[in-house]
Amino acid sequence: MSYKSFLKGSRIVLEVLKRMGVKDIFGYPGGAVIPIYDAFYDFDGIKHYLARHEQGATHAADGYARTTGKTGVCIATSGPGATNTVTGIMTAYMDSVPLLVITGQVPTSFLGRDSFQESDILGITSPITKHNYLVKNIEELPGILKEAYALTKKGRPGPVLVDIPKDIQMQEISTERFEELFAIHCEYVGNKYPKKYTSKEIDSAVELIKNANHPVFIIGGGVMNAGAAEETQKLLSKINAPSVATLMGLGGVPHNFPGHMGMIGMHGKVWANRCVNEADLVISLGMRFDDRIVGDPEKFAPHAKKIHVDIDAAEINKNVKIDLPLIGDAKDVLEDLLDAGIEADFSEWLEKCESYILDEDSLGDCLNQVSTIKYLGDILPDTSIVVTDVGQHQMFTAQHFKFKQPLSFCTSGGAGTMGYGLPAAIGAQVGNPDKRVISIIGDGGFQMNQQELIMVRQYNLPVKIFILNNGTLGMVRQWQELFNQKRYSEVILDVNPDFVKLAEANGLRGVRVNSVEELKQIESMINDDQPLLVDVVVPRECNVYPIIPAGKSFSETIIGE
Amino acid sequence: MKYREILIIMNNKPGVLSKISGLFQKRGINIETITAGESYPADLVRMTVCGNWDEYTVHQIMAQAEKLFDVRFVKEFDDKKSVDRELALIKLKADDSRRAEIMQVTTIYRGNIVDVGRESLIIEITGGKDKIAGFLDYVETFGILEVARTGVTSMTRGSEM
Repeated sequence: MSYKSFLKGSRIVLEVLKRMGVKDIFGYPGGAVIPIYDAFYDFDGIKHYLARHEQGATHAADGYARTTGKTGVCIATSGPGATNTVTGIMTAYMDSVPLLVITGQVPTSFLGRDSFQESDILGITSPITKHNYLVKNIEELPGILKEAYALTKKGRPGPVLVDIPKDIQMQEISTERFEELFAIHCEYVGNKYPKKYTSKEIDSAVELIKNANHPVFIIGGGVMNAGAAEETQKLLSKINAPSVATLMGLGGVPHNFPGHMGMIGMHGKVWANRCVNEADLVISLGMRFDDRIVGDPEKFAPHAKKIHVDIDAAEINKNVKIDLPLIGDAKDVLEDLLDAGIEADFSEWLEKCESYILDEDSLGDCLNQVSTIKYLGDILPDTSIVVTDVGQHQMFTAQHFKFKQPLSFCTSGGAGTMGYGLPAAIGAQVGNPDKRVISIIGDGGFQMNQQELIMVRQYNLPVKIFILNNGTLGMVRQWQELFNQKRYSEVILDVNPDFVKLAEANGLRGVRVNSVEELKQIESMINDDQPLLVDVVVPRECNVYPIIPAGKSFSETIIGE
Repeated sequence: MKYREILIIMNNKPGVLSKISGLFQKRGINIETITAGESYPADLVRMTVCGNWDEYTVHQIMAQAEKLFDVRFVKEFDDKKSVDRELALIKLKADDSRRAEIMQVTTIYRGNIVDVGRESLIIEITGGKDKIAGFLDYVETFGILEVARTGVTSMTRGSEM
């Protein structure tokens, strides 16, 4: 007689994730996940990265996902561990990032008793997850994990949370039973989100494009999620149509692609917004007409018919009235449009759009946020990944960095989460060990998750961190200057840590630069394979222009002082 | 704004009701009534949600509901092609002098008297919103002690769902 072998719930968690192709997990141990961490102790095939705060772990998993196209995975304990992931989950939700969050929970018999470190994380995360699960029986565990992982990427990507009580992690089932349960096909997820455009709608789109005089394509984050950058470029080249990008769509086509006008929206390029304003047809690819893009929804692209390509049917007509929806994956739509053989040539209009572009290539002599970003764009390899935090430096990066490839820009758009930039860069570097990863952060946002600096040392990640240190919460300061009569309330950071010493305290190289010359002198450090933190001292008074004030339209653009 | 009824069919799993109500809460939209119960087959829950909403709101709610993982089917009822019913239990003051009249009006409304006490009666009445409102209006003069309404549940006429 042979003895049966058994698997604990905790081991099943790792086993299923490994089989789904997970190689890296970010997390932080705690009482309710001790069994899972015990399983990590002698588990091969998945590497765990220890953050110093669960928010950092969640953002790291998010950065990993955005720059690899794979699902990011993080683990946190119950109660405060789980609630610390909330900002990270919301960040991923707003930008449609595939993220799997596994939280420990108090044992099932303690649920609902306000037990130590108990929180209703299902209730808390319901509005900011695609779906969440409480595992109440070990028999459900393999299926739920498989389903949850698949769901992160099915349809519109997003975060999914699985809450696993500690007793479930410690229960056992036989290896045979596990194999049986694991083999069950996740049919339900496969059939969810079945809505798709028809060939008739493709024909209508072709007609609209053919009959347009001034079409503009808006490239959104959906182009990245669908892996449709190549098809986008193919279609644009075929008909010589101009394009613009949303914040999340930057990199979908290279900055110097013919007819590419750069970012639109509140801080978009004037010429990009102008093209959309003059267009008679807008074809939006995987974007959701966010208020930061459209301003006044009544006056957005006022002369244009609108074709909206989106995988999420609920986005159609949510913010802007749509003439023709194409519900489906951007890649499928583009392939079908190409197959339909659109014959059109908008070269004349494309040239007119390009004539609006003003040259702004020169670095200038003054060290500021813009010259730093332009300089980095000039010297970094084409495959570099740029991660930002949130605020002025983020908008300056979106405006001035020369993005060349999809998945090369990682930033918190919809949520606007300060503190994202450092941990997300760590995740991006873990997922892309062979690429140069640059983190551009403000002095305010850096201090929101600066505890994660030690991860850079611990895992020897060659991340290059640029703190654009203007000694102020620049974007809020700018709004106070423009819209609140210069009443600078609580935005001046004249008492900041010494960031160079902080780097050194974390065992990292730290350098301060005060001029363009000094910045140029560290080029070799920027391109070597060691971590680096650069404290870039920039003026406090720079504002991001152009700006279309919130809720206003293109004609109300403020170009500058 | 118009009175509308929406049908939502979803998997019979814990927490589904709060996910639906969360959609309304997030948008600051009021629900007039919400009814839910096990359906057929039993792994499905059927829900009728009613309220006064404009076209945009009802479209948004339905589209967002359809996205929820456990939701299987969503539609807005066409009031001309559907049957809607609500059940109400109404406890009235009823001394000897009024009983006959109460029983009479209950019969007219095709209600049932389901409990008889010394000084009160419980009447069960089923029908559309307007019928119940009409009955309540009439019996108010007798003295209403309690009203329990289930909320509206609806079904489309004919063989289609």
